[in-house]
Amino acid sequence: MHTLTLIATFLNLAILQGTPLLYGATGEILTEKSGNLNLGIPGIMYIGAISGVIGTFFYENSPIFVPAIGVVIALISCLIGSLLASLIYCFLTITLRANQNVTGLALTTFGVGFGNFFGGSLIKVTKSSVPYIALSETGDAFAWHLHFEDLPFADSGFGRAIEWLWTILFSYGFMVYLAIALAILASYFLNRTRRGLHLRAVGENPATADAAGINVTRYKYFATCAGGMIAGLGGLFFIMDYSGGIWSNDGFGDRGWLAIAIVIFAIWRPSLAIPASYLFGALYILYNWLHMPMQMIPIMQMLPFVVTILALVFTSVRKKRENQPPASLGLSYFREER
Amino acid sequence: MSEENKSALQPEPLKEETPSNTVETKREKRGILPEIHLTKRAGVTLKEAILVRVIAIAAALVLCAIITVIFTGDNPFKIYATIVRGAFGKGRGWVTIHSMAILLCVSLAVTPAFRMHFWNIGAEGQVLIGGLATAYVMFKWHESVSTPVLVILMLAAALIAGAIWGLIPAIFKAQWKTNETLFTLMMNYVAMKLIEFFLKIADKSGSNVVDSRLLGNGVPDLFGVQYLLNVVIVVFLVGLLYVYLRYSKHGYEISVVGESENTARYIGINVKKVIIRTMILSGAICGLAGFMLVGAASHSVSSNTAGGRGFTAIMVSWLAKFDPLMMILTTLLIIFMARGADEISTIFDLNKSFSDIITGIILFFIIGCEFFIRYRVHITRRTVKEKEGE
Repeated sequence: MHTLTLIATFLNLAILQGTPLLYGATGEILTEKSGNLNLGIPGIMYIGAISGVIGTFFYENSPIFVPAIGVVIALISCLIGSLLASLIYCFLTITLRANQNVTGLALTTFGVGFGNFFGGSLIKVTKSSVPYIALSETGDAFAWHLHFEDLPFADSGFGRAIEWLWTILFSYGFMVYLAIALAILASYFLNRTRRGLHLRAVGENPATADAAGINVTRYKYFATCAGGMIAGLGGLFFIMDYSGGIWSNDGFGDRGWLAIAIVIFAIWRPSLAIPASYLFGALYILYNWLHMPMQMIPIMQMLPFVVTILALVFTSVRKKRENQPPASLGLSYFREER
Repeated sequence: MSEENKSALQPEPLKEETPSNTVETKREKRGILPEIHLTKRAGVTLKEAILVRVIAIAAALVLCAIITVIFTGDNPFKIYATIVRGAFGKGRGWVTIHSMAILLCVSLAVTPAFRMHFWNIGAEGQVLIGGLATAYVMFKWHESVSTPVLVILMLAAALIAGAIWGLIPAIFKAQWKTNETLFTLMMNYVAMKLIEFFLKIADKSGSNVVDSRLLGNGVPDLFGVQYLLNVVIVVFLVGLLYVYLRYSKHGYEISVVGESENTARYIGINVKKVIIRTMILSGAICGLAGFMLVGAASHSVSSNTAGGRGFTAIMVSWLAKFDPLMMILTTLLIIFMARGADEISTIFDLNKSFSDIITGIILFFIIGCEFFIRYRVHITRRTVKEKEGE
């Protein structure tokens, strides 16, 4: 029983840790399927997070504060923020056909700076009196879920027997489930709908897709913006739910890049991104649980990246056609180009 | 890809433009004006190209000033003055030049790979691993070996480490076409974590930086002037790389592989060899940057030693169209603005990340303006009648 509880707690933390990655990975997969390698995703996740924080910050200081509305405002401002950031990327790479790597990296520089700047200076700029950004009430609303102790059968023998299961499955805020739902939806969209087929065609060979009458520009814009908005939610989840509404500069760390790693590890499939994200989440916190010497911690944290490299090498050596990156990934499309 | 090489490989395009891609706007569909055509420019005069870029930079500066005014409430002209003071004010100029030198070195490092269309975004990791190798040699031998030997060992270790970090993805790219962008990206974090590992081993106190207490004083200053050695090295490097890329056989092979691997194979270039050789070079120069940062400048190492320069360098190199001489200008622009923005954030007690926002905005503008250099936009105004008459 004791080990079960321990395992349950571990999985619970792994899933919490993996959820921002899942948002980022789902968003990036959708984007990459259109042939856009958006390296701005880490920046967009910062922008999404800080936009949500800014929106809520103003609302939480208002006299008529209702946590549920705070959640809605955070979600909306996060989506708007990440949409605008994605639009910068779209406009530059799709309409102006700029180099995707350069644009993405510039967006990440900008986005991380944007997040940290407002995170660090929001209070000063708005001349607010609070010492630091702590949106704990909205944070609590984000993390709200039924606690096991509140259940009617919690104290019964049956209750104690299934407590671990409850911890693994039902002890999260709504955004954990939203992430799974979005990944499944994205998977369904890509593999089972006509539009998804069109999108994949654009990512594989835009010239052919264009010849078939598919509006390449529109699909690329759509996929990149939708992908960016989903990724932005990952940043919001991290601040609001995982960190309890408290912003800390660079707190999000390099999770954005881990999300891009997961895309490779999940061989561009949103459904595989779900277990992959949780696995990476588990690897991220594993060192806490293994009672290892301090100096081994960085080696453990290196694991997700090494595993990704191995996955990348493995898929390219095996050359299975269905496991390859979209063929036109990273290339901009100009109809006249031969 | 420079213009010369391009024209050597491709037949001269037909005059100026071909009737082409019509982006039909919704308004146009309803039969109203205007209509937008895009055509690729065959060649752009230097004057036009410079003009477009100057306009873009000017526009970016205006936008940056507006944003700064919003956050600081200062008058815009004073803000420009602050930026200049931040970069070249008393006691600042030399530090600015050194920052330029380091960024320029990393930019030069990624350039050969980029000209080959090998998207090495792992410069950050290659710099870090070079720095780590330097730090390790210093840590191990700074007390037992004489300074000249130590410096040689440090340099050799840095070059080899950087080269290996570049070589690994290159082998897989050459052999199995493994996506190099993603591979090199992941290698960055492996290097970063290795440094953190080293920090934990070297300094039992759990500090995030290992400095000269444990590493010794590294490379002595040239003629007693701090940073002079680094600046001299980079100046030489600019010249060397310019000649290497423009006038050597290797440089030509790199350009051909970048333009078309099939062409390269057809004319008997060993593509795999070129990819591997170029990435060794690229990685080794990054390693050199790591050596300069750790051994000759800060005498300390942390996972933040490269400080994002590996990523900034990619943009610097691209903005300069992969031309080593142009890169001097683009690094100047980036460093100038970053240090200026730093000054503003210090004065107005804003967050340091302000400079990232400013850098980001300038980059967006310059990236965007490339479009107007490469393509020509035609806006034809047609009335409904004319359209019906067709």
